[in-house]
Amino acid sequence: MRPVMTEDDLARATRRIAHEIVERNHGLEDVLILGIPTRGKPFADRIAVALSEIEGRTIVAGSLDIGMYRDDLDTRPRTRIGPTEIPEPLDGKVVILADDVLFTGRTIRAALDALADIGRPAAVQLAVVVDRGHRQLPIRADYVGKNIPTAATEHVAVRFSEIDDEDGVWMMNGGDS
Amino acid sequence: MRHFLTTEGMDRTELEDLLDEADAFSEVLTRPIPKVPALRGKTVATMFFEPSTRTRMSFEKAAKALSADTMSFSPSTSSLSKGESLKDTALTVRAMGVDLMVVRHKETGAPWRLAEWLDIPIVNGGDGAHQHPTQALLDCLTIRQRFGSLDGLEIAIVGDIRHSRVARSDIFAMATLGASVTLVGPRTLLPIDPEAWPVTVSHDLDAVLDRLDVVYLLRVQTERGGGSVFPSLPEYTERYGMTDRRFARLKPDAIVLHPGPMNRGVEISHDVADHERALILQQVTNGVAARMAVLFQLLGGDHDA
Repeated sequence: MRPVMTEDDLARATRRIAHEIVERNHGLEDVLILGIPTRGKPFADRIAVALSEIEGRTIVAGSLDIGMYRDDLDTRPRTRIGPTEIPEPLDGKVVILADDVLFTGRTIRAALDALADIGRPAAVQLAVVVDRGHRQLPIRADYVGKNIPTAATEHVAVRFSEIDDEDGVWMMNGGDS
Repeated sequence: MRHFLTTEGMDRTELEDLLDEADAFSEVLTRPIPKVPALRGKTVATMFFEPSTRTRMSFEKAAKALSADTMSFSPSTSSLSKGESLKDTALTVRAMGVDLMVVRHKETGAPWRLAEWLDIPIVNGGDGAHQHPTQALLDCLTIRQRFGSLDGLEIAIVGDIRHSRVARSDIFAMATLGASVTLVGPRTLLPIDPEAWPVTVSHDLDAVLDRLDVVYLLRVQTERGGGSVFPSLPEYTERYGMTDRRFARLKPDAIVLHPGPMNRGVEISHDVADHERALILQQVTNGVAARMAVLFQLLGGDHDA
């Protein structure tokens, strides 16, 4: 297990992403942040905290579970269905999806399907802690904490203290996960 | 979980997992498009060998909200009336390409027999006076949404417990989730050996009324008209009905539940039935979410893989 981002790296990347979000959207008027459970949610919460500091008002992140939208329910061990909480109607909003690792893109494909059933955002942007490559779909991230080239057999573990008791990113070989 | 047949023997984690997912599906049902693609391509058959409208409709709505296809079977229009056996009927429907069967049958244990004969998940939609586990799930979901948890709650199940599969399912689920359950009814309507269950028993509703958080009223089978099991409907109401007077004695946050169909004026008064603390329609809504959770657990990939 090899560390690739420390607690401080993660905090700095989150703050940078928050600034990029404000810059790109010319403020936060119509922006809504939704984390994808499990670990996209604490990431979304931290972006919201950083945005609140920048804007001087409280910004709350929601969550969007995609367990009911996966296209591989038959073939992989199923994860628990998590909560979906949309803090305000997303019609006409810029929705920023937050997730921990961008890999094949299938999670994001499922999230886009889920969003379409809930409303019609003006735009959807994607923020991830780590982009590790190996996309299987034409999907890219708008905000990336760190690009990490990986082998398909490796595993990237993003940890948040809310869930894992520590902050940081680690790489593991296929063998030691 | 391979089948969903009974709440007896389920552990707390299994029940809470189902309730957590049912909460997530409750949210789905409030969306502008209350439908997710989770079970696209799967077929659910409702095999109701005993009449039922609400349970069957609830399962069909649950399956459709998960994008599964549904097929239904009614004994009156089927080959059962031509003498086909239960097993042959089920195997025939299975051979059409069904991925899960919901079974209701007047004989205790029928869903277990089907689970032996068929290679697909079976959900018990009510067998005789034995079990109706999805009802227990929706009841516990409704209680948990109101109180946050069942831990330490005082729940009374009132009425014809002896003939009630709803009561049998609720008792085990509620007790496993930490509630203390009291069965209330006349001797003739209580089970013969309640000592085998995690419950206490009372014959006097008024004596337990003011400590209850949840009053679960069972349907009086008015078609029996009293007779051998209790003297008359007015006397039943007098002793065990949720009258306005009794409702006023409940704790201010206590709730009233009923599995339906209600006999207004018998086990529940008109005004109580419409009161905001009678969560009877919320139970019905939760039934769809609870059944979605069950269907999704059985068909939506493998937890143990």
